[in-house]
Amino acid sequence: MTTLIEDLVNSTAGIPAQKYSAKDFATDQDVRWCPGCGDYSILAQTQRVMPDLGIPKHKTVFVSGIGCSSRFPYYMDTFGFHSIHGRATAIASGLKIARPDLSVWVVTGDGDGMSIGGNHFIHLMRRNIDLNVLLFNNQIYGLTKGQYSPTSEIGKITKSTPFGSLDFPFNPASLALGSSATFVARTLDRDPKHMQGIIKRAAEHKGTSFVEIYQNCNVFNDGAFFQFTEKDSKDETVVFIEHGKPLIFGKEKEKGIRLNGFSPEVVSLKDGKYSVNDLLVHNEKDTTLSFILADMTHKPHLPRPVGIFLAIDRPVYDREMDRQISFAREQRGIGDLKKLFTSGDSWVVQ
Amino acid sequence: MAQKTIENLEEVTIRFAGDSGDGMQLTGTQFTNTTAILGNDLSTLPDYPAEIRAPAGTLFGVSGFQIHFGSNEINTPGDHCDVLVAMNAAALKVNLQSLLDGGSIIVNTDGFNDKNLKLAGYTQNPLKDDSLSKFRVYEVDISKLTALALQDMTISGKLIDRSKNFFALGMMYWMYNRPLETTLDWLKTKFKNKPEILEANIRVLKAGWNFSETTEIFAVRYDVAPAKLPPGRYRNITGNQAVAWGFMAAAKKAKLELFLGSYPITPASDILHELSLYKSHGVKTFQAEDEIAGISSAIGASFGGALAITTTSGPGVALKTEAIGLAVMVELPLVICNVQRGGPSTGLPTKTEQADLLQALYGRNGEAPLPVIAASTPSGCFDAAFEASRIALKYMTPVILLTDGYLGNGSEPWMIPDLDALPDISPSFVTTPEGFQPYSRDHDTLARPWAIPGTPGLEHRIGGLEKQDITGNVSYDPENHDLMVRLRAEKIERIANDIPLAEVEGAPSGDLLIVGWGGTYGSLKNVVARQRAKGHSVSHLHLRYLNPMPRNVGEILLKFKHVLVPEINLGQLVKVLRSKYLVPATGFNKVRGLPLRSAELEIEIEEILKGKR
Repeated sequence: MTTLIEDLVNSTAGIPAQKYSAKDFATDQDVRWCPGCGDYSILAQTQRVMPDLGIPKHKTVFVSGIGCSSRFPYYMDTFGFHSIHGRATAIASGLKIARPDLSVWVVTGDGDGMSIGGNHFIHLMRRNIDLNVLLFNNQIYGLTKGQYSPTSEIGKITKSTPFGSLDFPFNPASLALGSSATFVARTLDRDPKHMQGIIKRAAEHKGTSFVEIYQNCNVFNDGAFFQFTEKDSKDETVVFIEHGKPLIFGKEKEKGIRLNGFSPEVVSLKDGKYSVNDLLVHNEKDTTLSFILADMTHKPHLPRPVGIFLAIDRPVYDREMDRQISFAREQRGIGDLKKLFTSGDSWVVQ
Repeated sequence: MAQKTIENLEEVTIRFAGDSGDGMQLTGTQFTNTTAILGNDLSTLPDYPAEIRAPAGTLFGVSGFQIHFGSNEINTPGDHCDVLVAMNAAALKVNLQSLLDGGSIIVNTDGFNDKNLKLAGYTQNPLKDDSLSKFRVYEVDISKLTALALQDMTISGKLIDRSKNFFALGMMYWMYNRPLETTLDWLKTKFKNKPEILEANIRVLKAGWNFSETTEIFAVRYDVAPAKLPPGRYRNITGNQAVAWGFMAAAKKAKLELFLGSYPITPASDILHELSLYKSHGVKTFQAEDEIAGISSAIGASFGGALAITTTSGPGVALKTEAIGLAVMVELPLVICNVQRGGPSTGLPTKTEQADLLQALYGRNGEAPLPVIAASTPSGCFDAAFEASRIALKYMTPVILLTDGYLGNGSEPWMIPDLDALPDISPSFVTTPEGFQPYSRDHDTLARPWAIPGTPGLEHRIGGLEKQDITGNVSYDPENHDLMVRLRAEKIERIANDIPLAEVEGAPSGDLLIVGWGGTYGSLKNVVARQRAKGHSVSHLHLRYLNPMPRNVGEILLKFKHVLVPEINLGQLVKVLRSKYLVPATGFNKVRGLPLRSAELEIEIEEILKGKR
């Protein structure tokens, strides 16, 4: 006997994804983020990428926690679940384990994902459940009107830290890598093309994919990332990392990153001392390198790395669970409750 | 060989006690299984410390297992025991208070050396003075006899020492005329790849039997005839196993996958262990990183169309509280099973209590009503889990299922139900977008529709923010909030139309009604039976549905002059009954981490009947 879910999955298996446009993923709800919020760009890029994934809308689910970012599911015309603070990762985990046939996305923020949901976050990374996690990092609590967050820079003056925050921030990419994530990337709200490429790669990855998106909160933390996103500074402050390519940056592509021992350092390509051949070449399959690159994040003398830090294959939790079930059924046959109840010691009273 | 007399007994209570490393739980379980197969009715109570291996010989390291069996109906593990098997001085000291005057003590004399006596706090050896004169004491050097039985085997002293519980088991099998086969078969399966351990245990078990048969030490052995249970096929089952199987049966009859999200916690972990075995049945178990992820993953699975459950104990429920509120708001089916233990805080992890009733009924922010069901016997946990699932699926609501440490770990014979006779509880998923509204409601049950991801055209969003009636869109409208709060309450209230009326055991009116719930059922039943045999006008009402309550509860309460509510808490159900039905019910409360003792309750009842209370 099949379960109702198996019936549903089987009966809808033949339905192909339609030729969607970005508009097909918009809902009839008014988008309620503040005008100018970086979230608008993330919503637009996600809606733009969705039609390219070839996944039917009815197979797609967005799960979120609490915070400005977590309003996201209301604006995506897929299945959606706006849950409670910090728990989207845990809810999505259960959903994906129960329903491996679905494409499940988690939308979270730096407070939701790194603070109250920090425990679920690290365990999701190590388990490698096939979920896609988009973390909108604006380095502030927006919905509760402006307290510092676990990614705020040290000394941050906010309503709850009028004398400056004392705690050192998380670097979400390093946290994910340290939790044995298999796909870790960073992108920028003001770089639509880059973001689309990263979201697409995240969707294609088998296992948990984690994407940190630098997102401007123009009300409570305006300009937190402007040095990395604005025209006049970004060439000097950001290095885009790409698999198989040397790390080059600067307005005239005149600077590069080279490894001195295990430490990255900036070198000039103009003074004749170093050439492109001396530069660090990115390899997104190299876990050691991923740590070194992510670690550049809080080093002020180095450009901020943006791109895919790591993309490796490791057994996927939800697939492994299905494999255990199939294996058990091959070995023992499909479980029969009547047999189970009378197994072992039982006796008959006449 | 001396002639031994055989005496017939109607019922016996035996308590096995030793160090927590002595294998007393195993000994008790083996004696239980053999006794069950012989056809006795029985009830068991494991009583063990939270420490896995507390220092040997200490009072806090004593582990006990009590079995009460007989040829008549057995409702409780017994207030006191007739026989105490004590493997050392500490086991004797801790358990002597539960032995009836004139009862028997079988002691392992090797466990009474100077060190043992000191650890147990004895200034002199109780076996050498007359402090045990009101009991029959059988002194056996179990350790030495075990070693002798194994002397030609080349096995470690540690292994020899760990086999001595089988000597004690062999003695008890002889004394109560039980066959060795069940335990022999079990040993052969358990140690099929460890022939030395198998051989050693079999030898020691038989040595214990033969020692009792041959020596003069025991003059009498006893027979306990099979009980007259209703016809059917039986097995022995613990409450935790029955809960697990009840959920499996519910998933089967609902045509759904069973998903358990859980975090290990005493005394509920055995449900997680049990369900983890059944991969071939398609059961998915997820050991989460914490209690919150346990329930959250279950909510996710429920959103995906599984029969989703989470199992825990009181501290875990405290952590899950916010997520339970979410399940109330999104109106998804979910069963939260709380195997209650002594609280507050970490409390008494391995002891039983009934102090989480008010937590289950009211312990959430906002108006967050949900159904609460309590199992009353170990085997009844099966039906309770099935019923909790039925209600969750039919009414699209989280349900709290209350059991307790005594029910979860205790065991009794269970008449194996006919699966075909259990009702079909499969839900109707929405299949078509025509007229679909996420928060429209069934006319009768007020349940909202279950629309599963993967169904074309049903894309919709749910969440923890207040919902607009019918559309499910986010709404801050004051009138809508008032309406939704009332609708959620009304939905739960209407379940009262879908559950059986409460039934009084005994006369429907009279001087005194004993009202109980949960694991006290057996004790209360015995007490009421004895009171009625004395000619007193006492009846018993045991509530399985704590929210909503059966429609006739108020009516029943008014038919008695006094209502007494015995609970293993400081008066939680009594508070609810008084506020709901305005009756002057009084409580009888003992919070010792143990099942209620009948004798104390009977004194209270007789005082009430005499008009002294």
